[in-house]
Formats: sequence, structure tokens, C-alpha cells
Amino acid sequence: MALADRTTVRPPAAGPPPTGRRGPRLRRALAPYALISPTVLLLAVFLVVPVGSVVHYALQHHVVNEPYDDAFVGLGNFRAMLGDQRFWDSLAFSAKWVVAEVLLQLLLGLALALIVNETFVGRAMARALVFSPWAVSGVLTTSIWMLLYNPATGVFHYLSEIGVGNAGTSVLGNPDTVFGAAVVAELWRGVPFFAILILADLQSVPKELYEAASIDGAGRVRSFLHVTLPHLRDAIVLATLLRSVWEFNNVDLLYTLTNGGPAGATTSLPLYVAQLARKSYDFGYGSALTTAAFVILLFCSVLYLRLSKFGRQR
Amino acid sequence: MTGLQHAPLDRTAPVESPAVTTATAVLPPAAVRRGERGSRFLRLFLPLGLYLVFTVVPFYWMLLFALRPAGSTSLLPWPLTLEHFGTVWNDMGFRVYFQNSVWIALLTLLFVTFFALMGGYALARFEFRGRRLFMLALLCTQFVPGAMMLIPLFNIFQTLDLINSRWSLIIAESTFQLPLAMILMSGFVRNVPVELEESAMVDGCGRIRAFLAVVLPLLRPGIVAVGSFAFIGSWNNFLFALMFLNDPELQTVPVGLQTTIGENTVDFGALAAGGVVAAVPVVLVFAVVQKYLVQGMSAGAVKG
Repeated sequence: MALADRTTVRPPAAGPPPTGRRGPRLRRALAPYALISPTVLLLAVFLVVPVGSVVHYALQHHVVNEPYDDAFVGLGNFRAMLGDQRFWDSLAFSAKWVVAEVLLQLLLGLALALIVNETFVGRAMARALVFSPWAVSGVLTTSIWMLLYNPATGVFHYLSEIGVGNAGTSVLGNPDTVFGAAVVAELWRGVPFFAILILADLQSVPKELYEAASIDGAGRVRSFLHVTLPHLRDAIVLATLLRSVWEFNNVDLLYTLTNGGPAGATTSLPLYVAQLARKSYDFGYGSALTTAAFVILLFCSVLYLRLSKFGRQR
Repeated sequence: MTGLQHAPLDRTAPVESPAVTTATAVLPPAAVRRGERGSRFLRLFLPLGLYLVFTVVPFYWMLLFALRPAGSTSLLPWPLTLEHFGTVWNDMGFRVYFQNSVWIALLTLLFVTFFALMGGYALARFEFRGRRLFMLALLCTQFVPGAMMLIPLFNIFQTLDLINSRWSLIIAESTFQLPLAMILMSGFVRNVPVELEESAMVDGCGRIRAFLAVVLPLLRPGIVAVGSFAFIGSWNNFLFALMFLNDPELQTVPVGLQTTIGENTVDFGALAAGGVVAAVPVVLVFAVVQKYLVQGMSAGAVKG
């Protein structure tokens, strides 16, 4: 945090006249703590306590509407988890979902950022349009794509009328097509995130580097590979990491678009937990799943940062 | 943590220039060569056009169904009708949902912006014990799955007797949005030259007056960006509302939207009109914030 040293306000040399009550030095020392205290309080009560209580409940048998059955079960919930096929299925789905989403969002977002970073007439408008799905919620995405995917009202209906494909069944009702359909809907609103982040970083590439590369005879492709990509590396690592966590935890879209179906084909791990919480009120087992997910997520994140040598190159 | 600051932050740049997003396109000099027009089309306009179709058609589809009469198969919303809006607004309760969502989102915006300003200022301007730990904690919160906090948060709100109260949503949303908002805001504060504040303090202003008179006006882009993020995030939240509110009179737009999806009434007009109602505030906020978006991201998120 070397940055902070240089931006810290130095009190004026003379200093304000010392007040009678408290010395200015003490006030200055306490000020930052006072400023962050509301946030610390909020985070402690509504984030740290819940995390702690998840760990606590993970070791209990606790079904909300059967309070007479509450008991300490140790690792019993985790043992049950290992034998729960739905846990393994949902975990596998989550992995597949995160990899597909993040990879495609990154590739499309990178391409899009490069395109709208060029100069052309109507660029501001193009950017606004291309970025706009970023602000759309998961539930609204579902509404929109329901209209598009519905066999009676959707685009496939119109496409099949002009002879492209056939619109017999709903893509959301078919276990073979539902994954692709959900991935495309989520891509629609997910790509702008990468495009925005990468565009922000693209604008900090020093122009001189491109000039130097061009003098050295590098074409467009080579200057992209040797100038742009290395510059973007840390931003890409950070964006993919944040997005992976976010996509892993994201429930809204799948909950409303497919509700995990058909036949559990699109049940992600968080969705499974949310269903447990809402339907069976089995908070003990749900907490064990949450703890497991948290550990898996943390492990993968650390591994990813290690493997990508984040922040080490320059 | 230090790894995040891989690129030198340009602190000499004036803060009030969201123009960087549009003015300085990095252009390889080779691009303006003659005879590249054809390749420019293939490289630029064709993919952009295709992507625009992918982006815009879904929006258009929603508008189409919201505006044309039930049963019509026309690809243009003509003749125009507002009957579907009447249905969702009056009969399906969207008027109440809309009001609830507006209040919840505005209060979240207020809390998040205010606390983010306080904390962001502290992070940017003070060197204090525990600062790095606090920054690390803020980043770590990004790994906590909001959806998976449903169960314990439900218990806490039950203890506080806040289930079925809008405050549960406002508090939960603020908590989950504050960390990133604060990191973003500290980036914006850091971009305000510290000398301005020092000279105001030399002139006899206290720190608070120096902040209000000098720093705050220059922070307007940051406040707009952070506030808009908070508004959009809160407006879009679905699971917290679903979990913490039971009374339909208290429900929010996303939950209302889900009921239009869930009911097998196959009223696609209502489904689309509800979507438009949900989209309008967000689109308006997005229009305001979009020019700060790229700048905000580069100021705060990436270079923490």
C-alpha cells in the first residue's frame, strides 16, 4: 500500500491550535477507525456472524420446522453429503457452468472490448448498447429469454417459418439443449462485465508501446500478443476470478429460468442449497453444503492465483 | 494486495474527466492505412453488428410482446396497446412492487454511498493500523456467497424481528454491496489531489470543512458511479426478497416478475410488460452512469 503513504494528508506545519479536550493527534489517530466503524459493524453482524453460524449449523441436525429434533451431529452432515448423489451432480454442474460461462464471457468480452476501443462513428452509441445488459437482473434475463425460447412465441418459431431449424420443442424442456440455452442467456448479460473491465484496462496501455512495436515491424496480431495481452494479464486474472466466484454463487437466473430442471439437469450447488432452504427447511444439512462450497471456492481461488502468478510479473 | 496495483495510477489526471473513456482510444498507427477499408469491415463492423443483434434482439422481443395486442403475431408492435401494462400494474400488483423496490433501492443507495464515502476516505487518506487487514477483509467478502448466506441471515433477521420488514433487505443489500463500493470510492478519493485539501487546511479549514468544500464536489463522478451500482444491485436483488419477505404487500419487482414467469397462464404480454416495468428504472440509471462505468472500473476495482 505504498500508494497510501503518498496520498495521506499531512497536517499543516503550524497545526491547528490544540483544543482543550482532546489533542489533535489523538483525534487524528482515531478518525479512520470512526470512519470505517459503521461498515465494520455491518460486516461483523451480517456477514461474519452468518459465516460463523453456517459453520455452527453444519455440525448440527437442524430442521426449522422440527425443532424438537435439533442435536449436535458432528461431521454427520458432511458424511451424508459424501453419499448424496445430488450433491455430486450439482457440484459437477456448477463446475461445468463456471468454466463454460467464464471462458466464453472472457473471449467475447475481450473481442468486444478491442472492437469498441477502436475509433469509429457511433462508437459511444455502440458502447452504450453493447454494455446495457450488464444492468439487467437475473430474473429479468429469464423473462426476456423465456419469450425468446418459448416454442410458441420465440425466435425459433419465426426462424423455422423461414426454413431455419425446427421449433418443435422448447429448448428449456429438453435435457440435451437446456444447458446451452441457459449458457447463452447468461452470456447475454455476462459479457458486458468483461468488456467493461477489459476496456478500462486497455485505455491504460501506453501508446508508445504500440509505436515501438510498429517500428520493430510488428503487425496487428503480434502487437496484440506481445503488447496488449501482457498488459491486460492481471486485469484478466482478477476479472476471471471475481466472475468465477460470482457465476458459481449466482442463483437468480437458473432458479427462475429452469428451476434446476428438467429432471435436475441444471441444478447448481447454490441452487440445491437454496431449494433445501426454501422447501425442506433443512438448515443443518444446507449449512454443511454451504461450508463445503465455501471451502471448495476458496481452495480453487488460491490455486488459480498461484497458477496464474498473479501480480508477480512486473 | 500490493499485487493489485500493477499499473501506476495516474493521479495527476483531473478527476472530472470521464472523457478518458471516449477521447483516448489506443489506436495502432497501422490502422489508418489506405486500402484497409475492407479488412476494417470484416474486423470491426461485421462482428460488432452481429453482437449488436445478439444484444438488441432480446430487448426488442420484450418490447414487442409488451406493446402489441395479445394473439398478434406481427413482428412490429402495431397496433400499439398498453393493455398489458394495465394488467401488470393494476391487477398483478406491480404498482405496489414498484413502490417497494424504489424505496428499498433508494435507501440502499443512501446507506452504501454514505458509508462508502466515509470508509473510502479513511482508506485513501489515512495510514492506520489494521488498514491492510481491513482492505484484505473487504476483498475476501467477495468470496462469500450471498445466496448461501440465506439461511443464517434468515435466522439473524428472525432474532431481530426483521423478517417481513423492508429493513431486512436494505440491511442485507447494503452489507453485501459496501465492500466493493468502498474500494471503488477509495480509488476515486485517491484521484483527488491531496494538495487541494492541504491548502484548504492551511487556510484554516478543519478536515471536515476541507472535505466538504474541496473534495466532495470533485467526487461527484465517484458518487454517481457508486450510488448507481448500489441502486442497480438493490433493484435487481431477488433471493433476499424471496427469502425474507412473505407478505405480498411488501414484495419487490423481481419477485413479482418471477410470479408472472411461474404462473402457467401463458400471458406473454403480461410477462413482457412486467419485464419492461422492471427494466425502465435500471435503464435510466444505466444511461446516467454508463459514461462513468469504464472510468469507475479502472479507478477502483482493478487497481484497488
